Amino acid sequence: MVRSTLNVSSISEGFVLDHIQAGKSMEIYRQLNLDELDCCVAIIKNAESGKMGKKDIIKIECPIDRIDLNVLGFIDHNITVNIIKDEKIVEKMSLQLPKEIKNVVTCKNPRCITSIEQGLDQVFVLTDPAKEVYRCKYCEEKY
Amino acid sequence: MRHLMSPLDFTTEELDSLMDLAEDIEKNPKKYAHACEGKKLATLFYEPSTRTRLSHEAAMLNLGGSILGFSSADSSSAAKGESVSDTIRTVSCYADICAMRHPKEGAPMVAVRHAGIPVINAGDGGHQHPTQTLTDLLTIRQLKGHLDNMVIGLCGDLKFGRTVHSLIHALVRYPGISFILISPEELRLPGYIRSDVLDQLGIPYKEVVRLEDALPSLDLLYMTRVQKERFFNEEDYVRMKDFYILDARKMELAPKDMYVLHPLPRVNEIAVEVDDDPRAAYFRQVQYGVYIRMALILTLLEIKV
Repeated sequence: MVRSTLNVSSISEGFVLDHIQAGKSMEIYRQLNLDELDCCVAIIKNAESGKMGKKDIIKIECPIDRIDLNVLGFIDHNITVNIIKDEKIVEKMSLQLPKEIKNVVTCKNPRCITSIEQGLDQVFVLTDPAKEVYRCKYCEEKY
Repeated sequence: MRHLMSPLDFTTEELDSLMDLAEDIEKNPKKYAHACEGKKLATLFYEPSTRTRLSHEAAMLNLGGSILGFSSADSSSAAKGESVSDTIRTVSCYADICAMRHPKEGAPMVAVRHAGIPVINAGDGGHQHPTQTLTDLLTIRQLKGHLDNMVIGLCGDLKFGRTVHSLIHALVRYPGISFILISPEELRLPGYIRSDVLDQLGIPYKEVVRLEDALPSLDLLYMTRVQKERFFNEEDYVRMKDFYILDARKMELAPKDMYVLHPLPRVNEIAVEVDDDPRAAYFRQVQYGVYIRMALILTLLEIKV
C-alpha cells in the first residue's frame, strides 16, 4: 500500500490548530475570518490520526496577537491549539467555552428583534456551562 | 441607571422593598400624589395593549407626572422603518423614563443599550412581561399575606403564556412552592422550563389535564387565556380556545381561600358568574398593577418620598 504524505513546512510564528474533526476546517477558516488575513494559511484535510482516524489541521503564520481564538471553544473545544514562536511550540492552549460569542451564529427565532433591527450584533451568552447551552442575548432562544 | 427587563432583575429583598412601597402607596395615595411632578413617562407601544399601557400611564398620572407616547407601530416612526435604537435615542431627549411594548422579543434590551433614561419592558412578544409578574406577586402577597409555602395551579395556555413562565421563575425563589400545571397536551409548559427550572431546583409539580382534578388542593389558581396571536394556525386556536371554562360549579370544588387570578383580558375561560365570588381576585389584581407600577417608577427614577 502506498502511504500518501503531504508536507507543509513548519512556521516561525503563529498557530497550529490540530485535532480538528475531519471536514470542519473550512468552517473554522470562515469563523476565524482567516480569509481577511494577509498571511500564510495552510489547510490540511483528512490527515491520518491515530486518535481520530482522520483529522484536519490548520497552520496559520502570523503574529500571535492577531487572531482571537475564543470562538474555537464554541465550535469544538477538543481542538488542540499549539502556539508557535521561533519554530517551536511555546504553549498548548486549552480551549474553554467562551462566555459570549458575537456574530458567529444567528438567532433562529423569527420573533427575535435581531430579525429586523439593522446593525444589531448577533450575541449568544453561555447560560449553562455544564450542558454547554448558549442563548440569544436578546430573546433567550437556545442555540 | 437601572432598568426592568425581567422580574429576576430584582432580588427577593429588593422585591420586598418594592412591594412594601406599593403597599404604602395603596394606604397613603396622597403622600405620593406629587412625587413625580415635572417628570414625563413615554409609553412606546408597538403593538396594541389596553391594560398595560393605561396602567403605566395611570401610575405616572397618580404620581403627578405627565405622559406622552404612541399606542401602535403604525402611529410611530417605526412605520417609516425607524430602528428601535434610533427611536429610544430620540425619546430619551423628551422623557425621563419609558415603558416599551414590542412584538419582537428582546426589543427592550436593544433599547437599553442606547437609552439615556430607565426602560421598563412592558412586554416583548412571548418573552417577558415583568410588570405583570410584579403585579401578580404583589396581588398574591396582599391576598395571602405571604409568597411562600403554597400550591399554585397554573391553568390554560402554559406553552405560549409568557406571564406563566415569568411567574414560575419568580415564585421558585420562595420556599415551599409547588405547582399543578393544568393544560391540554398541546399547550403543556415547555420542556426547557420543566427541566431547567422545576426539575433542576427540585420544585414539586404535577401535570393534569382536568381542572376539576386540581381545584381541591390549590391555594391559588392562575388562569390564562389561549392567545390567538401566538398561533400560526387558526384551526389550532379554535380547537383550544374553550378548553377550560371556570364556572360557579367548578368553584364549589375549590377551598374557601383559593383566590383566582388572571392577567386579563379574559375571553371565555372564566364565566362572568364567577366575578361575584369573593375569591375572584382578577380585578383587584388590575388595581395592584397600578400600585406596583407607581412603586417601580419611583424606584427607577430614584425618587424618595
